[in-house]
Amino acid sequence: MKDTNACADDTCRAPVSQRTQVVDAPGTSATVKLKIDDHELNIPMGTTILEAARELGIHIPTLCHHDDLCVAGVCRVCLVEVEGQNTLQASCAYPITQPITVKTHTRKVRQARRHIIDLLLSKHYGECYSCFRNNNCELQSLAKEYGVDFFRFGHPEKPLYEVDRSSYSVVRDMNKCVLCRRCIRTCIDLQEVGVLEAAGRSDGTTISTYLDKPLGEVVCINCGQCINRCPTGALRAKDRTDDVWAAIDNPEKHVVIQTAPSPRAGIGEEFNQEPGTPMTWKMNTALKRCGFDKVFDTNFTADLTIIEEGTELILRLYKNLVQSDSSQPLPQFTSCSPGWVKYIEHFYPEYLPHVSTCKSPQQMFGALIKTWYARMNNIDPANIVSVALMPCSAKKFECNRPEMRDSGYKDVDNGLTTRELAQMIREAGIDLPEMPKSDFDNPFGTATGSGVIFGSTGGVMEAALRSVIEFVTGKKVENFYDHANIIPVRGFEGCRYAELQIPDEVGPVPELIQHLVPNWDWLKGATLKVGIAHGTANAKKVMENIKAGGKFSECHFIEFMACPGGCLGGGGQPIPTSPEIRAARARAIYAEDAAYGDAGKARKSHENPAVLRLYSEFLTNGPCGHKSHHLLHTHYTARGKYIG
Amino acid sequence: MTIRNNMTLSSVEKNKGLAAAMKMEPAGVIGIIRGSGMKGRGGAGFPTGAKWHFAASAKGERKFVVCNADEGEPGTFKDRVLMDEWPDLIFEGMTIAGYAIGAQEGILYLRGEYTYIRKALEECLAKRREENLLGNHVLGNSNFSFDIHIHMGCGAYVCGEETALIESLEGYRGEARNRPPFPVNTGLNGMPTIVNNVETFAWTSAILVNGADWFKAIGTSKSTGPKMLSISGDVECPGVYEFPMGTTVNDVLDAAGCDCAKAVIIGGASGHCLPPAEFSRAICYEDISTGGAVIVFGPDRDMLDVAESFLEFFADESCGQCTPCRIGNVKLLEGVRMLKCGKCSTNCLRDLCALGETMQCASKCGLGQSSPNAFLSIVRHFKNEILGRACTAAES
Amino acid sequence: MLTTQQDRLMGEINELVEVHGHDRSALIPILQDIQSRYHAISDFTMQVVADRLEIHPVEVFGVVTFYSFLNEKHHGHFVIRVCRTISCDMAGKDAVAQQLRSDLGIDFGETTSDGRFTLEWANCIGMCDQGPAMLVNDHVLTHVTPERVHDILAACEKTFGPHTPQSDEEHTL
Repeated sequence: MKDTNACADDTCRAPVSQRTQVVDAPGTSATVKLKIDDHELNIPMGTTILEAARELGIHIPTLCHHDDLCVAGVCRVCLVEVEGQNTLQASCAYPITQPITVKTHTRKVRQARRHIIDLLLSKHYGECYSCFRNNNCELQSLAKEYGVDFFRFGHPEKPLYEVDRSSYSVVRDMNKCVLCRRCIRTCIDLQEVGVLEAAGRSDGTTISTYLDKPLGEVVCINCGQCINRCPTGALRAKDRTDDVWAAIDNPEKHVVIQTAPSPRAGIGEEFNQEPGTPMTWKMNTALKRCGFDKVFDTNFTADLTIIEEGTELILRLYKNLVQSDSSQPLPQFTSCSPGWVKYIEHFYPEYLPHVSTCKSPQQMFGALIKTWYARMNNIDPANIVSVALMPCSAKKFECNRPEMRDSGYKDVDNGLTTRELAQMIREAGIDLPEMPKSDFDNPFGTATGSGVIFGSTGGVMEAALRSVIEFVTGKKVENFYDHANIIPVRGFEGCRYAELQIPDEVGPVPELIQHLVPNWDWLKGATLKVGIAHGTANAKKVMENIKAGGKFSECHFIEFMACPGGCLGGGGQPIPTSPEIRAARARAIYAEDAAYGDAGKARKSHENPAVLRLYSEFLTNGPCGHKSHHLLHTHYTARGKYIG
Repeated sequence: MTIRNNMTLSSVEKNKGLAAAMKMEPAGVIGIIRGSGMKGRGGAGFPTGAKWHFAASAKGERKFVVCNADEGEPGTFKDRVLMDEWPDLIFEGMTIAGYAIGAQEGILYLRGEYTYIRKALEECLAKRREENLLGNHVLGNSNFSFDIHIHMGCGAYVCGEETALIESLEGYRGEARNRPPFPVNTGLNGMPTIVNNVETFAWTSAILVNGADWFKAIGTSKSTGPKMLSISGDVECPGVYEFPMGTTVNDVLDAAGCDCAKAVIIGGASGHCLPPAEFSRAICYEDISTGGAVIVFGPDRDMLDVAESFLEFFADESCGQCTPCRIGNVKLLEGVRMLKCGKCSTNCLRDLCALGETMQCASKCGLGQSSPNAFLSIVRHFKNEILGRACTAAES
Repeated sequence: MLTTQQDRLMGEINELVEVHGHDRSALIPILQDIQSRYHAISDFTMQVVADRLEIHPVEVFGVVTFYSFLNEKHHGHFVIRVCRTISCDMAGKDAVAQQLRSDLGIDFGETTSDGRFTLEWANCIGMCDQGPAMLVNDHVLTHVTPERVHDILAACEKTFGPHTPQSDEEHTL
């Protein structure tokens, strides 16, 4: 499983100089001889020196290089000596096309690297101990690796730039920036949002927003992918841990936390666990020991989202295909990724009627906690502090949207990222991997495997299909897909398309949704067409395809996730990230889904007994009914891309 | 007034070379250029024939000929004179190159500071189109159509670096690319592209008229042909001169009228500083390579002022993408200012020199690699003048 | 900006896009034309150009801030660029620069309050044999002396109006 590199194909925006180099080799399997330090070997034509070295276990330090991004070759930390060349060569940017001899740590190389680190430090303001990236900073590691024990070329005494805290999600501190340009390549090439670019030149070069405006005023979608790829502390998510601690410390407050599926697949990395080490049940204990009054599973509202969004889809299909009413057009787009929602608000506002009106699981949860849960437990909603643990920086923006107050209060008070929670757990003196296991709290403790896989690209689609297939055919998904694993929608390919044939028999449709349409025969033998895109660059490809009337315009339902890999690659997840790390997290998520099945628990959203109870006790007009419309659905703002 | 001695190009008949090229196979044209031994006149000294050969054999739907008229090297102005005096020879040379490599399009990248030359160049191009020296089926050759347009630079010295120039042509910030791949394979819009200096194209026309052997007979065995030099500074007759490759600095100084030079910088801000003891060295690729700038300093000049001026230049003109060039030039400049006010320890100077050496080998493009040259050579040759200065208040 | 002004500007940009093309390679020529017409590349312009070329406004901003001859801040009708590089420096550019400062009452990097003159440094303008040299808009002036500064400025003042000096007026400067 490997992410499709956004910079490798024809539609890439990156300048030619930065794209993955396609080497015109005579015969694609051609190899070339490489001598590197003491090793001699044949490697495929076009392999970079850095790739070859890594294969061999030879360490070459890097800074501007990132596995997810196209080549830059700007930091010059990865320099090596190539025999016959007067100058040192950046190993990340040097494709080998003829036999060469490389030395990776000669005196000249070591001195150059040391000088470069010294130069970077001469412009890097700040002390490591007051930085959130302390012990997880690539510049700090380089300084240690090269034994920096004094500032050869000086060190800034005063900050040069004001820290930009204007965004709900991302904080920029350019004093710590080393101009590696990973954020630019992330924002322009990988995500195609285009918030950050280099401005000015020479020593005055900075990473800038448009007209150097505060991040809160430009077209940023808050995806936080730049944070995950920043080598230093120049970019970070806005820290809300103080607010959460204050709430916990306040005996008047009832502090509940909902936890999304992806943080539990990632948080282990913050505690030196291998990527993909699941922490679900240990994290529950840690959260309670931190002082949260209740620990809930966001998967509950993920299941609820499936019911609501699936219902909406059926209604849209009926309206469009049977009634020829296109007021709510097809394809229906998912709405659970707040980065994607802001992206479409900015870049394709004319398509907002396609976006499902369902709130994201986080916001549905928030609305229910301060209504149903508060009433059931006789707690004044004013005293509830609702916290959401998310893999996401955009959720911080989302919970502050003015329309997200349908409970009469701010539905979700604070969004925490995986990184922030890890910080709180450390602060509480808790060693997460050593925690005993414990369950989620009721009434939102029951979830299904479908809720869990929301964390991965294709997960929402798979969850929805599991339910829709059973709703419509009246048969178990397992009749169509082994173990209900809908493999065609899984994987990491950037844009995916799948078709599902609905058999000639339809029904019986479950009671919960039976009343929605007068009859269900129109679905007989229909072909359901679905699409999936993750990373907004891929979302853009799908949107352009729709605009041009391509195959995605014929889809009925499309899942969009702003982050590469889906939520498991979210902007609030542990740093670093790479295709391998995201694949490992995905394995943890799909394993948890499978474990639901092994334990005989429900793996389909519509089988979640707590969700069914919610409909019978609280949302009594059923999915997409009056009450759920009030609490669980929302509307969007056409923002456009002009910056005022 | 700018031209100071006899110029070979004055006697080269216009368009005779192009007509001759049209009667040959493209490979034959490249053969002649290779045979002449001409190396690029911009200063890097890459053999022109080899460059064209690579571009000719590279695959690409389209190919481009780019004339680098972004003459920004301090102390260089011979391209301006060439464009003023012999625009036809330049465009002719580009057309010949286009024929040789199989290109359909030529672009002259003219620096923004030379906007006043543009009008005359456009007129020259219009006339050439009228005379079928450009356009469809050049000179009736049904296999060759070629046109040239002018693209204006925008005030960035780094765009004289060929890959930065290409980025600029594509509408990006003028930031140098990683090499490999080289422009001859992956240049403008990813297509094979040759980028040559103005002077290279002018000599191309001359070679096609006078023959490879004529060119080869001038200069040295490794540096063939004549070279235009821009001479400025403390001389009686500054201006553009033509010398055979291999001429010594002393001969150049004699011609320009200077018998008391304390130092000469060959190659402009990115060049090397020579003390009188080295004036017997030859200007050619195997000794002192240059794009053509010769700046002469009289006995009263303070060499630290010179180093400061050049480093100010680089600290302003670095594109800012790679670490050694972006920060290194600023650190060297700070160092020179410390030296000037007598506040730089010997250790500190040693660190600065080591940094300069790192910049030479670690920078991404030629700008950063050559920016410490002047500083390092001034330190090497004028150390006594640099150290032990009276301590004065640091300049603001 | 008034809506009518915006409409007019948008129309002009559309025309420029027709002339130079829709590709990214048209970006700099378009910006150059706008710079010479309006002496600045405004916020609104950058966003419209970005939209027409289907790139991000921040990319246009990145380009504008990279090149010395493109500016997002308003420049004077006459931009005087004094060469500060070595040969002109040795030929006495400091005295010329000082006289310009005094006569215009502004420092380098500034624009006169009437919007007529902007004073800037230039790196080598290729007139090393005839220094001190400077550019007034597109026109090059050589062997400038402090004494000539007043006449140069006066000649500019005389032509101030809807037209910038034409090339044949160069000799009168």
